[in-house]
Amino acid sequence: MKTVIVKYNAGNIRSLQFALERLGVNGIVTDDHEEIRTADKVIFPGVGEASTAMNYLKERNLDKVIADLKQPVLGICLGMQLLCKYSEENDTPCIGVFDTEVKRFQSPVENLLKIPQIGWNNIAGLHSVLFEHVPENSYMYFVHSYYAALCSDTVAITNYVINYSAALQKDNFYAVQFHPEKSAEDGARIIQNFLNI
Amino acid sequence: MLTKRIIPCLDIKDGRTVKGINFENIRDAGDPVELGALYAAQGADELVFLDITATNERRKTLAELVIDIARHINIPFTVGGGISSVADVSVLLQSGADKISVNTSAFKNPELIDQLSREFGSQCIVLAIDTRYEDGDWYVYLNGGRVKTTVKAFDWAKEAVDRGAGEILLTSMNNDGTKKGFALDITAQLAQNLNVPVIASGGAGTMEHFQEVFDTAQADAALAASIFHYKEIEIPALKTFLYNNGVNIRF
Repeated sequence: MKTVIVKYNAGNIRSLQFALERLGVNGIVTDDHEEIRTADKVIFPGVGEASTAMNYLKERNLDKVIADLKQPVLGICLGMQLLCKYSEENDTPCIGVFDTEVKRFQSPVENLLKIPQIGWNNIAGLHSVLFEHVPENSYMYFVHSYYAALCSDTVAITNYVINYSAALQKDNFYAVQFHPEKSAEDGARIIQNFLNI
Repeated sequence: MLTKRIIPCLDIKDGRTVKGINFENIRDAGDPVELGALYAAQGADELVFLDITATNERRKTLAELVIDIARHINIPFTVGGGISSVADVSVLLQSGADKISVNTSAFKNPELIDQLSREFGSQCIVLAIDTRYEDGDWYVYLNGGRVKTTVKAFDWAKEAVDRGAGEILLTSMNNDGTKKGFALDITAQLAQNLNVPVIASGGAGTMEHFQEVFDTAQADAALAASIFHYKEIEIPALKTFLYNNGVNIRF
């Protein structure tokens, strides 16, 4: 099985590579179109700013390559947000696999909201093969200031002031807002479930 | 709901943990990776590795250690100690650190925080502040608490957040090592007025101390070292205690 991690200008992917390594899988880091198209599994990670990342992907035509993939694809964090149709972060049109928008957390008037959300939060309403043997309300590690709004592709929900999409799924595309590579045993189980698809 | 975090801190010198750590169930208590993995397995929410090596070789040793930690540990970790440039941070993040912490270098060159947050994002920039209460206020100390400044901790924290720090790690020198509890007043002032998470450090001696720093001061996370290393408090018992007392905790 060939597992590819899409290489672009958004964040370090060392932790993800190591998480795959702990599951006995060698993740190939590449931006080569052919390598990506011929992979059995594609992971689209990312930490960073949406418009810079989208520009980088577009310049290399990687946005089209990703959108046309037929094998299982897993977006993580910013990777998930870029798979949505639009992000409020610097008014950025995104790849558009998922029919939802990415918005910034808003602090309610009556109390101070810490942004970004940093830490462990629980995921509920789990209904995807990604969550096989992952208990309802498991805790995952999140670091983000923007979130994907709930939509018909939502397969896990988290609450931080409001309910939002902790995970999305549509056809061969899977995506999680949290970092499964940093979310202890349950996170590793989610990566394993994706690899098993 | 977002949970409160429990963070053990490991001091590192020449790639090894220091302080007399006594665990019979691990092979090498001086091995930061093995000790970190044990804490992760016990339910620690994050780890902090603080490098106190003073030699010229430290950068290389630290980067190698970070790779080793990232390879084996499946929870987030922060690396701090002597970090003073964008290049230092770049190496550590590429090696697999999730966050880095800066202290004296950022105070002496505040523009460093702007540079780091622009380059890597606020979410991985932790500002560490050592503070001491004297003459009616909390003042910033540098160089591991050896050098006094005339700047108030709250003012410096606020400036750092405005410049892009994503978290504050606040250590009270008055409380550190006393086991009489965290500094609730200054922790509360920061936690309740800054829109980034505040990690309280210094003074933990009992489980109740953790509860009060979360409930009363509204800290987002609490850090401790020796009480965990000497097993005066074990993380599973601490988390059970907090959970039973209504603190939102990850199990």
